[in-house]
Amino acid sequence: MRRVYLDYAATTPTHPDVVKEMVPFLNQEFGNPSSIHTFGREVRKKVEEAREKVAHLIGANPEEIVFTSGGTEADNFALIGIAFANEKKGNHIITSSIEHHAVLEACHFLEKRGFSLTYLPVDKDGLIDPNDVKRAIKNKTILVSLMHANNEIGTIEPIAEIGKIVKEKGIYFHTDAVQTAGILDVNVNDLKVDLLALSAHKFYGPKGVGALYIRKGTRMVPFIHGGHQERRRRAGTENTSGIIGLGKAAEIAQETKEKEAKRLRELRDYMIKEIFNQIENVRLNGHPIQRLPGNINVSIEFVEGESLLLNLDLAGIAASSGSACTSDTLEPSHVLKAIGVPIQVAHGSIRFTLGKWTTKEDIDYTLEKLVETVKKLRSISPYQHDWKSTS
Amino acid sequence: MYSEKVMDHFNNPRNVGVMENPDGVGTVGNPVCGDVMKLYIKVKDERIVDAKFQTFGCGAAIATSSMVTEIVKGKTIKEALKISNKTVAEALDGLPPVKMHCSVLAEEALKAAINDYFSQKGKSKKEKVSKQD
Repeated sequence: MRRVYLDYAATTPTHPDVVKEMVPFLNQEFGNPSSIHTFGREVRKKVEEAREKVAHLIGANPEEIVFTSGGTEADNFALIGIAFANEKKGNHIITSSIEHHAVLEACHFLEKRGFSLTYLPVDKDGLIDPNDVKRAIKNKTILVSLMHANNEIGTIEPIAEIGKIVKEKGIYFHTDAVQTAGILDVNVNDLKVDLLALSAHKFYGPKGVGALYIRKGTRMVPFIHGGHQERRRRAGTENTSGIIGLGKAAEIAQETKEKEAKRLRELRDYMIKEIFNQIENVRLNGHPIQRLPGNINVSIEFVEGESLLLNLDLAGIAASSGSACTSDTLEPSHVLKAIGVPIQVAHGSIRFTLGKWTTKEDIDYTLEKLVETVKKLRSISPYQHDWKSTS
Repeated sequence: MYSEKVMDHFNNPRNVGVMENPDGVGTVGNPVCGDVMKLYIKVKDERIVDAKFQTFGCGAAIATSSMVTEIVKGKTIKEALKISNKTVAEALDGLPPVKMHCSVLAEEALKAAINDYFSQKGKSKKEKVSKQD
């Protein structure tokens, strides 16, 4: 059976060149980079080269990069590290209602510790209004944390514009760039951010490694306490093979991302157009243009997302859903709720995310199976008789 | 996460569709919750001779609908009223805990259809069965 992977926003396959780069550090090159002997020093050199590559990818200085266990840790570090170090200045933090749980749950944690949070709304396309940020800033505001692009609906936020506002007020600005680093042009100075979280496995690097950019001079408390690694900000022996893999992934992304983004945008727009041509009662979730190159998120009315996913999986196609029934909570996605998708429509939401190895043939095969599945599920559903379309 | 039996009933649901002139119809759930089940029964001499369903919902919702129609066919009304959500779930070799509510929906749809059958027959209210367990 043909197998088509369209869940690149969940994770990407590790690039073969990245794997090749990593393998020696899992066996012969096993040294601890903190050791002063040759075994250690050789690995240290490679770790620092990786740091330079990651810094280069986002326009930062190498000493501003802290390696973490991934995007979630980087986001937690940013929020909690800033909050605890600056609580004498103020206790107010601004974020949005569509952040990844890595940010939202860290915010909930801080709320329980006495911090005051503002969750900004978004418009129907998922965009944050920079004026809302301006209005939400108070004397006590110490941090603004907004995602660069949304993982579910793909909307790219006006971070640079917001960064200008936040910087004028002298407040720290963090962005969760897990969906954009290595995919789009991401430059910490253009975006005017003080902190930026990224994750290797979203751009063909290995899982379990990421980085937090911390602008020089930013007041933060360390996140993990122990040895002197990562300038004492994040203790623990380095995940050397992972970090070296991240470095390689950053290097490859630097060279290929522009061309790849262009290719993906074309495939994405083709797929969206064909879904609308071939299926009735569909809505596109997220911004039609200001959108991640590989993201397609649609709600297909009168079908339920999990059924859709299971049927596609039986046809060898891997996608993802914002539907309640694929989560443990049975709650529809907070992002779809925030952009005002009616709950009964949100149940029929499906996300396809394309990447490096996605071909036009994959898209055509997926379209064929998607149309078949929707037809089948709608024929089982009582909708024709009892419901009316809401779109 | 689903048993092979669930996947089989999900992929090849039995007794799907609208029934012409049913003796009882039960609709439960709502689109906001993500599950709607519509169950039709045909009754002859107090025995369910045919059952059909239409369902909007997840894999478990479709599989439990399909299974309940299979179980109920050939049963007397009295026997059918004894079918619980557990009967349906067990017949499918179990459901993930978070999906047990789908089997409850199947039981409720069956009871609603039987209730409708009683109403159509004009039986006294006393004999009506409760939707609750």
